[in-house]
Formats: sequence, structure tokens, C-alpha cells
Amino acid sequence: MSGDGLRHATEGRIDRGTVLRFRFDGTAYSGHPGDTLASALLANGVRRIGTSVRLGRPRGVMSAGSEEPTGVVQLEAPFPDPMRPATMVELHDGLVASSLSGRGRLADRPDPARYDAVHAHCDMLVVGAGPAGLAAASLAVRSGARVILADERPEVGGASPDTEGDDWFDRAGARVLTRTTVFGYYDDNYLVAVERRTDHLGAAAPGNLARERIWRIRAGQVVLATGAHERPIAFAGNDLPGVMLADSARTYLHRYGVLVGRRAVVFTINDSGYRVVADLAAAGVEIAALVDPREATGGTVGGQVGGRYGGHVVVAAHGDDAHGHDVLSTVDIEPVGGGPTVRVDADALLVSGGWSPVLHLYSQSGGRLRYDEVVGAFLPDGCRQAVTVAGAARGLTSTTACLVDGVDAARQALTALGITPVDWSPPSVGAGAEGPPPATAAPGGVPDLRFVPAEDYSTHFVDFQRDVTVADVLRATGAGLRSVEHVKRYTTAGTAHDQGKTSGLLTSAVVGQALDAGIAELGHTTFRPPYTPVSFAALAGRDRGQLYDPVRVTAIHDWHVRHGARFEDVGQWRRSWYYPAEGEGLAEAVRRECVAARTGVAFMDASTLGKIEVQGPDAGRFLDRLYTNVMSTLAVGAIRYGVMCGLDGMVFDDGTVARLAPDRFLLTTTTGNAGPVLDWMEEWLQTEWPDLAAWCTSVTDQWATVAVVGPRSRDVLARLAPGLAVDAATFPFMTWRDTVVAGLPARVCRISFSGELAYEVNVAWWHGLALWEAVYEAGAPYGITPYGTETMHVLRAEKGYPIVGQDTDGTVTPQDLGMAWVVSKKKADFIGKRSFARSDTARPDRKHLVGLLPEDPTLLLPEGVHVVDPACLAGGRLPEPPVPMLGHVTSSYRSAALDRTFALALVAGGRDRIGDRLYAPLDDGRLVPVTVAGPVLYDPEGARRDG
Amino acid sequence: MAEPLETTIRSPLAGWTPHPLTGIRLAELPFRTQVNLRLPAKGPAADAVGLELGVPLPVEPGTTAGSGELSVLWLGPDEWLVVGSPGADLAARLAARRGAGVSVVDTSALRTTVLVAGPRARDLLAHGCALDLHPTRFPTGRCAQTLLAHAQIVLVAVDDGTSGAEPAYHLLVRSSFANYLADWLEDAAVEYR
Repeated sequence: MSGDGLRHATEGRIDRGTVLRFRFDGTAYSGHPGDTLASALLANGVRRIGTSVRLGRPRGVMSAGSEEPTGVVQLEAPFPDPMRPATMVELHDGLVASSLSGRGRLADRPDPARYDAVHAHCDMLVVGAGPAGLAAASLAVRSGARVILADERPEVGGASPDTEGDDWFDRAGARVLTRTTVFGYYDDNYLVAVERRTDHLGAAAPGNLARERIWRIRAGQVVLATGAHERPIAFAGNDLPGVMLADSARTYLHRYGVLVGRRAVVFTINDSGYRVVADLAAAGVEIAALVDPREATGGTVGGQVGGRYGGHVVVAAHGDDAHGHDVLSTVDIEPVGGGPTVRVDADALLVSGGWSPVLHLYSQSGGRLRYDEVVGAFLPDGCRQAVTVAGAARGLTSTTACLVDGVDAARQALTALGITPVDWSPPSVGAGAEGPPPATAAPGGVPDLRFVPAEDYSTHFVDFQRDVTVADVLRATGAGLRSVEHVKRYTTAGTAHDQGKTSGLLTSAVVGQALDAGIAELGHTTFRPPYTPVSFAALAGRDRGQLYDPVRVTAIHDWHVRHGARFEDVGQWRRSWYYPAEGEGLAEAVRRECVAARTGVAFMDASTLGKIEVQGPDAGRFLDRLYTNVMSTLAVGAIRYGVMCGLDGMVFDDGTVARLAPDRFLLTTTTGNAGPVLDWMEEWLQTEWPDLAAWCTSVTDQWATVAVVGPRSRDVLARLAPGLAVDAATFPFMTWRDTVVAGLPARVCRISFSGELAYEVNVAWWHGLALWEAVYEAGAPYGITPYGTETMHVLRAEKGYPIVGQDTDGTVTPQDLGMAWVVSKKKADFIGKRSFARSDTARPDRKHLVGLLPEDPTLLLPEGVHVVDPACLAGGRLPEPPVPMLGHVTSSYRSAALDRTFALALVAGGRDRIGDRLYAPLDDGRLVPVTVAGPVLYDPEGARRDG
Repeated sequence: MAEPLETTIRSPLAGWTPHPLTGIRLAELPFRTQVNLRLPAKGPAADAVGLELGVPLPVEPGTTAGSGELSVLWLGPDEWLVVGSPGADLAARLAARRGAGVSVVDTSALRTTVLVAGPRARDLLAHGCALDLHPTRFPTGRCAQTLLAHAQIVLVAVDDGTSGAEPAYHLLVRSSFANYLADWLEDAAVEYR
């Protein structure tokens, strides 16, 4: 169809003085500011927008809003965006779009746009800025409430600009969010919306503005003025481009100055179709026929009509050879109940099957819906949340009624908030302000015609996007399905991007007819967020890349970066993994670092260890209950290793406890477990032992900790702390001293996680870097070497020290780890004690932590690999699955000190297998022999800890 | 803490020079003395601590009490954070009052403070803070333990003296999270440049 003359000379809110260029399917077109892509295409005579996904049928634009089922396009420029309703794409210069069949395509390059989110609070959130919403917001603003008014359109005023509200709505008094779709309604009046902020600016969009913004809104009261969606009617060919929802034609005329056709047939079952006739006729559209199944009694119609067909229905829409079969050319009309067919030429068929109040958000909020026989649709029927529905969303039809209802809803909501509503009503309410509809031709209620009876229902569409027809629904009921939810899933009706906004009731009606049940009885399918599709980019917002998750760093982090450390993430912490020298990889660097720690001196940043101070007269008793061993007997100045178990007796965390004073203890936890351990302690204190006078305070970030490790560590410390007696007799293992190190107030602990002579020096966080640099300088004569977590792991594994979470997995007891000594036999009770009396925790075949030595000393076992008993092998091969497994490797390293590879493993009855040969099946099919050893492979007599 | 050693002390955000913004001022207020207090809200211990501080412990949830440079933040039914100027000897003074059933922990280096002030301060914080910071709901003198984006903070609405009637907030953030918080604030503020 040529576009000539489809743009009205004066109607619409477009800027005719400015021309915007755009392309669709490779062809250049023009439009104006104020257009949508849909209105601009219609103005250019483009009817076919895409191809249906299953049946390959031509599809055009059916509506003028976000309910659009068919006019869905792929945006190509400025940036690819799949499946956007052309009715919601604001035209801008340089827009490029193409037609779709079903799915769209995501961009094949990263999206450069910003997306962000904002929290907002208000007394009253008004959703929808049509007459009811504007009136509600206006009263609330005038009454002094904090108001947010959100609407998905670019300007306030509603579907048809019958009411602008410009003269009486105080924008400044409210936060007005246009281009904003409230898409989710959750508990406690928490609603989520997406604002499209820059798309309408095209290439001119400033890069520092978020393209889309998620609004997380907490509202005291919500007024839903979400309007109503017009429904189609199912008849043969009701999906043909040129068939549209009737009132959309008015929107295209009044908002965009676009005539949807030159010669139209209007098919309506309710009075709203008559105002379409009136407005289009006045704008110069020839109304070829007005079809109404209700018996015409001869009222007036506001416009010239070619043929009046009371008591008739449209039975079919067709294309023809002259105009092509992918657009509408003729309409077949028959009397209700059958009779002679009249064929009428038309390029637009405007259908009104009645109106469905938009209650998606209301339903999401927990609101009940009730089918109203008079309105012919579902209406709100009560909700536990603080929400009021106003205007067309509860079935009202006239502008005046909606304005009055908006004021009433706001008054009710304000009163509930304790805000006194002022006495105000919109000035346009009164005599003469009543808009359409005009006089009707047919008195009486709305007939419940949803689909036109026929022999063949294969082109009576109920879901235009999913290509679901009346025939498909009847096939579902024929297969025995009775619930609308089941029919939805069987046919896919209502599961497309539009969630069946326009057609959901049609499906129910067909099911109802087939089962001889009422719609009220069948109910409706569930409305779920989001109301309209929301991009993952918007939901992700700024939580991506560097900001996806906090990166916690120590006070010494910058030094590690400057010295070329490689990092690994441990929980949220970024820790130094190893420090490669020129040309070194992981293995070489770790070997060098290990050698330094075992033969000279090395140092690491241990600030990430969790630290908790426990104070109070009952602190000792509290720790006795938490740990498996006794802490209350610890002397002030001493340190003890401890293990915490869960109620099940399984290891939960380990660390050290230092007694700072009779009623003060300092605990360390594993790096990743600091939060859970504090929560665990607080839970027991608050819920089980509130009688204990003990308090826990996290001090993890208070302290920077530098571990100085190796036979020469004492020399380094002596240089830095001249006032500290560092000899082993005066400062023994597992004690601490408050002193001055490198001029900084410090607490030095003689703790070792490597088996070597070692000190952990703690200073205030803000002194951490100074301490580290002083240690580096003082250790230089001894070749002090920084090391990271990998070397720490190797050193501790050589000594058989387990890492909770690596060598344990929540099914391992202290006894399984070979640490029966850490479980007190004397204490009356502690968390986990009862579980150690269970027969299961005493089974001899429990998995024990043992060492594994591959017979090939260069072979590094993969962590996680299983080990099997040679007895199960048949001819040197694994038996058919299931293969009986003895356990698995939990840690595996190359050891410089042992000059070979080694591993730790959890092996069934492992301590009874020491010296046995087992096999490890590798991914490449090899079965490699390994020898079971005790877990302590280096310095088992502990000779090195005093240097 | 002992007196900071000026030559060696380094705050968590020492390297941060906030980008100039329209309507928002960002700055680190480092080294403020902070002492975590745990004790029963009522009783002789609370009275003694109040006398030592010169201000009674606030018992209304989410409120602060202050006198001069000193402010006491309510963190929980039996927990307060006493905040003073850098180098203040609060910890020692309160530790002397420790006695039976009072926990006093110096946490001065545990957190640093970020100032967010200016007419658009609330807009900036709204990007990551779920609380309603409107002056009718969170006036000067209110505090809360909350999240800003993914970082735990203690948020305090303050009168910072320099901004007159402008909103001003202190964000007390753990030292290890400070860089993340600063990066997040800078990124959130891109729109206000």
C-alpha cells in the first residue's frame, strides 16, 4: 500500500517540521519526532512487519501499545536489540530495524551502554498516567504526599490523549517517571520498574546516562490505574495485516496523526467501537461497514457509514490477487447464526471484542480476580496489600468516570496513610467534559462473543505470537485437558513475550465453550512478573565486571601488585597466589618460595584470616562449648589450636585462640569462614546461651598480619624488635607478646602453619604496609622471599595440616583427620560431642586423611581423582561400573623438601592401609600406583619449629 | 590506639582522589577513633560508660548521641560504636571502665569513613542503599547498619558543619571493602560528572 495521504494534516502530537530518517528491512523511510516505529511504518503504508513463528503467516501491527502481540521487530542500529514491539520503539534519526520470524538475535559484541538501578520510596505510587492515574497523583500531591507516578509511554495522558492533564497536573510535586514500566509487584508493596532513558535519543544519547534504569520502589500505598486492553475476536484470517484492534486506530490518529487505512470495516461487540467510527469518519476515513452482532435498533452513529450490519458478524478476512495475499483486501460478513455472505472491500478491519482491565500487577500483588458477567471481563476482588485499583483497570469506560475514580482511589489511599486529602477534583470533570463514546446503536449489555462459529477453526487465532488457533485449543480440550493452566502449557497460548495480554480471555472462552463451563468457573492463568520483557542487561545493572562482587584487599595489596604477584580469589578476598620471578611459572616460583621458607626466611600477607575478639567473664566457658578442646585452661599469654564442629560432629572450622586477659580471647578463623563463624557464635549466644556473659566482635580488618617463616625468621624479628626477647626459651612456641616491631605497636604470635620456626606479626591495618616493607628490608640480608597462598598450601600439606573446606567437606570428623587429640574426653559437653558417641563416627572404615605417594615421583595426581583397591581390578583394568572407590585426593603438590610429588587424600580405613599400594584412575585412562603414607611427610618429629 | 605514626600510617583509601562531581562531595575521613562497646543497655555498667563518655548511651534503635567530636552510634540492643577524632584515647578510657560484663574493643583501624555530602548525595546513595534517606525518615543523627551495593556499612546522617543545610552522610566501611566502595561510588556518580 502506498503511504500517500495516510498522514493526517493536523491530528497527532508529532513534530511535522522535523524529519527523521530510518530504515526497515533495508528500505529507507521517514517519520517525525513523536512517532513510534509502528506509527511511522503505518504512515508509510508498511503493513507487513514480520512472519509468524510456526505457520509462517504474514503479520502486521495489531495495537498501539505494550500489549502488541505481532508487530515485533529486531533493532539493528544504534545497537542490536531482539524482539521489541514496534509500538513501543520511539522513532529517532538513524534507527535501523528488520522484521522477525519468532526469535530475535542478541548482539555479537559487548553492549557499551550503562545500565543502573535506584531505590525509591514514596507514600503513594501511581501506576499509569491516564485520566485515573493523573487525577489520583494530582490529589495526592496537593495533599502533601510523596508521590511517584510511572507510565510506560513517553508522556502522561493515557492511551488516547483525551485528557492531557497539563493544565491541572502539578509535575513538579511528584516524581514523574515516563517511559517507565512497572513490571513486578512483590510483598510489602515493593514494586520494580524499568525506565528506558536514552533509547529515544538514538545516537545522540549521552554515554554517561544509563540506557535503562531499574527502579526498586517501596510504596506506602499503590494506586493501579493501568487501564484496559482491547480484545480481538477469533474469526478466519483474524491475523492478517490490516486487521487491528479498533481503538488503536484512534490512538494512531490522535497521537501520531496516522490513518490506519483509507477504507475501514469496524467489527465491534460493544459501544467503544462507535467512537472509533466517529473519529475515523471525521478524519476522512471511509467507513465501509459497521458490524455489530447486537441487533441494530437504529441509533445514531457519529459519522457516515457505508453499511450498517446489526445482528451480523465478520466471518473472514482475506487478501486478494490484486493487493497480495499478505494484506487485508476484503471482509466477509454474515448474519449471526448463518446466512448470505456479504463481501466488502477494505484495507483496515478494526475489531473490538471488549476490554480486559489490566490487572497483571494487581494479580502479582496477591489480589483476587472475579469474572464480571456485565463487563465481560475479570475485575479486582480484594487484596491483602495496600493497593487500590482505579479507572479502566476496574472496568470503568468513560473519561469522567475514570477521573472521579482516580480522585476517590487517592482519597482512600491517603486516608489509610494518615494524610488528610484536600478538597479537589480535576477541572475537566463537569458538564461538557464528557468524551466519547457517542450515542450507541445497540442498547443492552455486551454480548460474550469471543470467536465466530465456523466449520474450520484453523485460522481463528487466539494467540497471534505463538500461532495458536481455536482448533489448537479444541484439540487440547479434546485430549482431556480441563484446566486453563494445562491448556496454556499444552498449546503454548499465552506464553509468548506478551503473555497473552490481548488474547488470554479468548483461550478461556474457547475452553469454556468446549467444556460447557463458564469463564468465571475456569478462572484465569497466573500473571507473573515481568509485565513486559526486561533485558538481562537492565537487571544486571552495574553488578558486572569489576563491581560484580566486592574484591576485598589487604593493606599490603598495592605492594603485591607492584611486585608482580599473581592473585587468587579466596571468598571475596584477593590474595597473593605466588610471586613469579622473571621467566618463572607457577611450579618454579612455588618451588623457590618453598625452599626459602624451609632453608632461609620467607614472609606472607596473612591479614585475611578471620579474627574475632571474645570478651566477658564467661568467655572461657563459651569457647569450651564451641571448640572440641578446652580453652578455659589457657594461660594468659598462650595460644592454642582449636577445632569447631557442627552438631553432627563434622569439622566446621579451625584456627587458633590466644588468651589476651582472663576475660579476653582472640580467635582466628579460616579466611573464607570468618562471617559464618561469627554468625554461628552469635546464634548460640543469642538463642541457646543468653545466660553467658560473653560478647563477640569481629576484628578481621583491624589487624594486618605478616607471617615471617623459616629458620632465619628469628634473626629478622630480632632486628626489627630489639626490645623483644626472641629466644625459644623466653618466647616459646604457641605464645604471644605485645611489643614494638619496626617502631609500630605490634602483637607477635609464635604460630606456625609450615612446621618451621615462624612468627605472625600483627599491627593496626593502617600500619600494615609499613610493617611489610620493614620486614622486607630487614630480611634482605637473609634473602627474604615473599610467598603466596600456593606455597602456604604446599608447606602445610607437607606437614599434614588440613585446610577446612579443601581437605574436609562437611563429612569429616576431627578423628578422621587424625586429630583425636583435639577432642576433649573430659568436658561435660561441647557442640558435636553427642555425635562422637554414634556408632557411625566410630566405624573403622571411615575415610581418614592420609598421605599418598605416587610411585612415579614426578607424577602430580589431579586433585579430586579417586583411588581404588587393587583387589577390585580385573586384569589390570577397572571393573565395570559401579567401581568401588576408596576415597579421593583432596590436595596434591610438588614438594621441594621431599624432592617429589605427594598428595593428601581421604581414604576409607586409610590409617590401616599405610604402606599399601592403591591405584588412581586418571582421565587419560591410566591407572597409576600410589603408596599410602601417614599425613605428615616432612619433619614428623617436629624438630624444626624452634629453629 | 597509640598516637598514629605519621610517617608510616596509611589509610585504606590513601590513593583515592575523587573525581569532581556536580552536587556531590566525596572524601575519605581517615583514622577516626572507633571503639566497639557491648554491654547491657540498662544498669550500672551503662551508667558508668555514659559518665565516662559524657553522654548517655542511646537506646532508641538507629539513633546516635553525641557531644562535641564524640558520637555514640546505636548498633544493636547491646552494642554501640563510639566514634571520636583521630588519636583520641577512648579505648583506654573505656577499657578502664570495662569491669564485669562490658566488652570494649578498639576497632579504629577496622573501618574507615567516607563522606558523601551535597544536594545530590541522596541520589547517589539511592543507587545502592535500600533505605529511605528522606530527611523526614532519616534525619541528621540517624544511623543504620546496612548495605551499600554489596558492602556492609554503618551509615550516619551527619551535620558536617561545612555544608549548611545540605545532606551529609558518613559511610563507615571495613578497610578491606573500602576500595570496592570507592570504585562503586565513582562508577555510580558517572551520571553526576
